[in-house]
Amino acid sequence: MFGTTALAILVLAIVGFILARGFATSRAAVDGTKLNSLPSYYGTYVALWTGVPALLLILLWSALQEKVLNTIVMGTFPDEMLAGMGTGQLQLLLSEIRSIAGGRIFGEPAPEVLRAAEMLITMQNSADYAMIVVGCAAAVLGLVFTRSQLSNDFRARTRVESFVKVAMILCSIFAILVTVGIVFSLLFESYRFFQMVPWYEFFFGLSWEPQIPMRDDQVAGAGAFGAVPVFLGTIVVATIAMLFATPIGLLSAIYMAEYATPKFRDIVKPILEILAGIPTVVYGFFAVLTVAPALRQMGASIGMDVAANSALAAGGVMGIMIIPFISSLSDDALRAVPHSMREGSYGLGATKAETITAVLFPAALPGIVGGILLAVSRAIGETMIVVMAAGLIASLTVNPFSAVTTVTVQIVTLLIGDTEFDSPKTLAAFALGLVLFVATLCLNVLALRIVQKYREKYD
Amino acid sequence: MSVTTVQPVPEDQAKKNIQRRKSKNIRLQIYGLSAIGTAVLLLGILFSSLLYTGASAFTQTHLTFDVKIDPNLVKEDDIFGSNFRGIVRSGLYSLFPEVTNPRDQRQLGDIPSNGAQFTLRDRVVEDPSLIGQTVSITVPVSDAFDQFYKGVIPRDVPEEQRKVSDKQIVWWDQLVDNGQVSKPFNWTLLFSADSRFPELAGLSGAIVGSFYALLVCFLISFPVGIAAAVYLEEFAPKNRWTDLIEVNINNLAAVPSVVFGLLGLAVFLQFFGLPRSAPLVGGMVLSLMTLPTIIITTRAALKAVPPSIREGGFGIGASHQQVVMHHVLPLAMPGILTGTIIGLAQALGETAPLLLIGMNAFITSAPGGIMESATALPTQIFIWADSPERGFVARTSAAILVLIGFLVVMNLIAVVLRQRFQRKW
Repeated sequence: MFGTTALAILVLAIVGFILARGFATSRAAVDGTKLNSLPSYYGTYVALWTGVPALLLILLWSALQEKVLNTIVMGTFPDEMLAGMGTGQLQLLLSEIRSIAGGRIFGEPAPEVLRAAEMLITMQNSADYAMIVVGCAAAVLGLVFTRSQLSNDFRARTRVESFVKVAMILCSIFAILVTVGIVFSLLFESYRFFQMVPWYEFFFGLSWEPQIPMRDDQVAGAGAFGAVPVFLGTIVVATIAMLFATPIGLLSAIYMAEYATPKFRDIVKPILEILAGIPTVVYGFFAVLTVAPALRQMGASIGMDVAANSALAAGGVMGIMIIPFISSLSDDALRAVPHSMREGSYGLGATKAETITAVLFPAALPGIVGGILLAVSRAIGETMIVVMAAGLIASLTVNPFSAVTTVTVQIVTLLIGDTEFDSPKTLAAFALGLVLFVATLCLNVLALRIVQKYREKYD
Repeated sequence: MSVTTVQPVPEDQAKKNIQRRKSKNIRLQIYGLSAIGTAVLLLGILFSSLLYTGASAFTQTHLTFDVKIDPNLVKEDDIFGSNFRGIVRSGLYSLFPEVTNPRDQRQLGDIPSNGAQFTLRDRVVEDPSLIGQTVSITVPVSDAFDQFYKGVIPRDVPEEQRKVSDKQIVWWDQLVDNGQVSKPFNWTLLFSADSRFPELAGLSGAIVGSFYALLVCFLISFPVGIAAAVYLEEFAPKNRWTDLIEVNINNLAAVPSVVFGLLGLAVFLQFFGLPRSAPLVGGMVLSLMTLPTIIITTRAALKAVPPSIREGGFGIGASHQQVVMHHVLPLAMPGILTGTIIGLAQALGETAPLLLIGMNAFITSAPGGIMESATALPTQIFIWADSPERGFVARTSAAILVLIGFLVVMNLIAVVLRQRFQRKW
């Protein structure tokens, strides 16, 4: 239905364009008349006002139609029937009605349910037709109104340009809306979570067992939401990754910036950047397939017990992923050091190595630290590697050979599968997401600050 | 002022000093080179382990044998309810008339894939005149035999540690000697959808799902990103609001991808009630992540267009928007497209947000539209990586190679665009 309506509106917009442009060219053909704008601007003006509002209207309509119809259908049930139902049961009832309306009837539905389904079908049909009518009416209205505005000295170009400008501003604001959307959805769901679980338990509790019994007779833990082990696990994995990636990244950046011939650079730099372009799910599989078994074998050969999903495997593979970040950011920082400083050092008789360690490295340090902080924020936000290679059980340990879990692993495992939005289990994921968002944001802002400060010093 | 007299350093010590300093220099070079070497070596290990495990999944062992389509078992008016499983089995039993023990016969029946009956059924549906005739069918063998034939499971493994029994190996060798076993290219991998059985599982559903998601992503992020970038770069006044937008976009680029998944779950699924697992929602979430990339690269491309172009446009009386739309934007287009393709390539490899909105469902047919449940390539890799069957290990690697193939193609297009169309002013 949406497609048909959109097509009809598009056709109307084209008709509007042709009509208005025809009007303008016919006026322009008369001797002595001067039009304010080019004929195509008249056409565009009418087409824009014919098409855009109507399209937005039906977009909104189809986004809300299902929600509105659901509310109406559920409203027809007597209150006493729905009174004892939880959200899950209401959802179930609704999906039963919808599937009956879609022609898939299982078993013997209650007469009320059948009646509701019939009602839903008729309402759906009329809503679909209403959408066509309303959409086309809006388009025709826009066409007729804007067409009636046209005259010789109608400022079509100015109108079109201000329309385009408003559209561009809205697109820029969209970026802010995304951030606002992230912040609000995280805050809102976290708020609901902290109503069920006190915040001090979440931030300071030492036990993380989010499995909550879904039914009363189910055997499961009571559910504990102390996130400290999860945070600790994240820190352990990120530390391993950084310990692995920082020296390799930094040393390769030093070599690339100071020693390498341009030819060597041209070949090796893209190769290192391939590491950054590989999807993280590939790294995750690599960790599971190759790295973890290899570590396990190595551990066994020296008599050490390495867990199959050890923090070392996940962190090490994450380190591989992070190498190019550190190397390219440090490379930039080193190359940004002014040449005069380099030459001054050489002039004093210093070797290249002495110049690097005593002059260039300290001068580039803010940029390098900024890069490392950005890499840390990547490491704690990285998801797929740890989901595949790290553990699921939260344990309070810093042993890199044991299995630990991370914030991102918990977010994904809590939300995969059934998502009921009223249990602390799913809402906990949003609280973790909020912590993750705030932590990465702080690291990024800090990194940018440090880099900016450094730039002021030398430019 | 005191005068300090510099004691001349003895010659042999001076030489030593220089030697020491030079060797320090060489040491640093060696460290640097070995760091680069380590990184390149790790990349090599990554690719070779994927190639090593994945290569075998590009072929699939097939078995060719004759079956008699017994009219007693197949009814023309109810082909879908007919016992094709029995027909396939009896065709197999007739190859080994000496096997009569029901338990052995069942083992024999384990050789062809479970999908063999459906291959046969589809042929009969297509041509009902086959009923009553004897036809030769070529079907994939089950995963255990596929792995065995490819040598992934060696023969010298004790019988209880492998899925293929000694008896089955004897029959299998007989089939191989008769030339009934072949190993053609595994088209199933590319042209079938997912399945519980590794030998029948393919990527077509995931590829189509990824395509739809990227299409939605492109349709949203490309126009919005360009409009935002053009506004910020060409029209926006310098004030607190535009600064805020700018800081915002830069921060958005660094938000962990899983957070975008949370946003999609809470807003698109929970609030707007859009369907779970749909490429539409996946594409919308991905577009939010590609948006900063597109905005940043578009701004860089617009900045690279020299001011003389703009001034020339103004000089002949064009309006500000005409200058931008008719001159600056077309000149910046190669750079913008390059950035867009790179952004889309990133989106293609993105997994975590798609997991949160349910694009990791088990779906055995390719999606017909953007509202139907689907998987995407990276989530399919995730699903297969989690599957316990042996055959999925090779298939996961193969799927990764396919994904990386798509990424390489996209990046090559970007490189070619940049080199062919980008102008130096």
